Amino acid sequence: MIRLKIRDHNDLFQGQEYIEQFERKREFEKGPSDEEIRRVAEWTKTEEYKEKNFARQHIKINPAKACQPLGAVFCASGFEGTMPFVQGAQGCVAYFRSHLNRHFKEPFAAISTSMTEDAAVFGGLNNMLEGLENAYALYKPKMIAVSTTCMAEVIGDDLNAFIKQAKEKGLIPKDLPVPFAHTPSFVGSYITGYDNMMKGILSGITAGKKGEPNSRTTNKINFIPGFDTYTGDYFELKRLMNMMGVKHTVLADVSNVFDSPNTGKHTLYPGGTPLADAMDSINADATIALQKYSTFKTMEYVGKEWSQKTAVLTPIGIKNTDRFFDEISKITGKPVPQEIEDERGRAVDAMIDSHPYVHGKRFALVGDPDMLMGLVSFLMEMGGIPVHIVCTMGDKKFTEDLNALLSESPFGAEAKVYTGKDMWHLRSLLFTEPVDLLIGNSYAKFLWRDTETPLIRIGFPLFDRHHLHRYPVIGYQGTINLVSSVVNTVLDEMDRKTINTTSFDVIR
Amino acid sequence: MRQIAVYGKGGIGKSTTTQNTVAGLSEAGYKCMIVGCDPKADATRLILHKKAQTTVMDLARERGTVEDLEIDEVLLTGFNGIRCAESGGPEPGVGCAGRGVITAINFLEENGAYEADTDFVFYDVLGDVVCGGFAMPIREGKAKEIYIVTSGEMMAMYAANNISRGILKYAQSGGVRLGGLICNSRKTDKEYELIAELAKRLNTHMIHFVPRDNQVQRAELRRMTVIEYSPDHQQADEYRTLAKKIAENRNLVIPTPMSMDELEQLLMDFGILENEEAVA
Repeated sequence: MIRLKIRDHNDLFQGQEYIEQFERKREFEKGPSDEEIRRVAEWTKTEEYKEKNFARQHIKINPAKACQPLGAVFCASGFEGTMPFVQGAQGCVAYFRSHLNRHFKEPFAAISTSMTEDAAVFGGLNNMLEGLENAYALYKPKMIAVSTTCMAEVIGDDLNAFIKQAKEKGLIPKDLPVPFAHTPSFVGSYITGYDNMMKGILSGITAGKKGEPNSRTTNKINFIPGFDTYTGDYFELKRLMNMMGVKHTVLADVSNVFDSPNTGKHTLYPGGTPLADAMDSINADATIALQKYSTFKTMEYVGKEWSQKTAVLTPIGIKNTDRFFDEISKITGKPVPQEIEDERGRAVDAMIDSHPYVHGKRFALVGDPDMLMGLVSFLMEMGGIPVHIVCTMGDKKFTEDLNALLSESPFGAEAKVYTGKDMWHLRSLLFTEPVDLLIGNSYAKFLWRDTETPLIRIGFPLFDRHHLHRYPVIGYQGTINLVSSVVNTVLDEMDRKTINTTSFDVIR
Repeated sequence: MRQIAVYGKGGIGKSTTTQNTVAGLSEAGYKCMIVGCDPKADATRLILHKKAQTTVMDLARERGTVEDLEIDEVLLTGFNGIRCAESGGPEPGVGCAGRGVITAINFLEENGAYEADTDFVFYDVLGDVVCGGFAMPIREGKAKEIYIVTSGEMMAMYAANNISRGILKYAQSGGVRLGGLICNSRKTDKEYELIAELAKRLNTHMIHFVPRDNQVQRAELRRMTVIEYSPDHQQADEYRTLAKKIAENRNLVIPTPMSMDELEQLLMDFGILENEEAVA
């Protein structure tokens, strides 16, 4: 028997033959010498380079951002039996699928209408018709939620008319819900796409359902989590509402979609908000969004068209979570049970236990607008000092909101908010004004590598660590998880730094 | 091989002028090709004596992909060996006509439509350069020479000035040059002088003044160029002259488009546009 020795990726490229190959490649490409690379690398750490970096206009390097349809397919997947369906090119949809796969380590289904050059010229009507017919015949969805890539948007494909035609031609049943949203990738980001798709789905499936199936009020509350990739948050939200005895519908409940029990059998639609509940959401007493910037249009629509009470409450950190329960209690008339009060007490205790290690620590943060708002509030509660806050997807309104929040605490005085900036900007900041800790997604590990600022992985996407999305960041339990991530990173770093000293202590 | 693009306001007579000029060039012994870049696909009917030829995009739609096409299906030969192709495109209101032009021209290039012994390739482009697709003929070093068909009518002159702006952009980044204005006469007041002056302002020249003659319409009704239909008619000679001038033209410039104010002033100077103050 011949035994093949398969070398691991991690040491394969350290082998002599590869070292030589890389050297030959550099010679062939007339690449710079090690010395020159070191010289330039040092220069990128300077104030002079930072100024040049911030003056840069025509390139983004490692932006914390991805495009609209990613948010749209994520949102669509959170409804029962729903197939996310993208009018556009194959490569885009392959990217959405792999992006979600890599974060959740779960399979993810989404359909592309595979538009090619002829569709670009003649319009994508035929792709839509065949796509809908095939998708329905093959995958038997209860709903097909249509979004778009740039290609369909640039040529102006008329989704409404196309879907109507598919129904008139009998390619799909007339009563199959096929909500849609125009989600051009070159406008906004995945939080905009989530918003557009949510509004599209809710307006599509609740049409004519006001007062049905029963005209009396349902005493229900709708929750819209927004582009929240922590499946633990969904389970946590439902657990808390059940504890309070609040009847509720989570709109786009992706928890089971990305965190379904392994039964040994693959299910195409492993969860999602029951369609009957989603259709009845129009009859709820109130709709609460847990994120603001990913639900603007949806919440405006719900407030206007459904005439419901609306509120945006992001329960990250103690103050925000307190406010969350106060409001829910006010809206539903139900008291906050003792068990939740106890959870609050435990979270506060956890914060106090770890407080000495976090107080006065300076932070850099990069991520989505809502997550940043929540984290900044939480950090200031712990005595942490946010210094650099980079939000590529942030806008003027976000800057105002965040500055208002920062001004509420003395710990916020040093912070500077950078919207539209990317992680290469942050890299400069970390060199010129170093901080103790960095919070960001997996791509921020390059900043950790270059600047050695310890990285706490919070946000999306998290490709290089497992299971983080299973631990909630919302509610008092979420607060405990955040405390744990932050303080243990501080302690890891302390161990690393004291490794050969008398301060290398077993008790921290 | 000289590649030439013909632009101008919609309905100004680009296709008629192009086909008659190409007929003149072919008579003089040049090997020519016409590429129609307009979803309406009416740039080759006078050469092929057909209502409309099968376009590249027609067949692409039928077969689902442009890769399944053969060059002979879309490159037809008409009067005097002039070879003709039409890009075609979608119905009005759907899809992307500009992308159709890009697809079609790429197909023609990749499949050897541009034979080495071709002397002239003429691109007859949709009136308004509405998007990048319709600039395809002057991108990436294809047509380096542009003629604008215009007349003494105000809107035609506006269009000529606007097109010059587009050319300026491509002239700075590539080698595109303006070869001149062709005045397709509408018998407006002081037309010759006006277009000569417009050309001067645009840093070019009026390469030819084509007088208006009903013989053009008579020939068109029979789906022919004047040169083929009535070779001895004086209008045929006008197109032969234009063809000769283009063949010999060395006056290729970067245009200097005017501002709106300057253009309106020019029209006022010629009494075409009334001075607002004078009207008040």
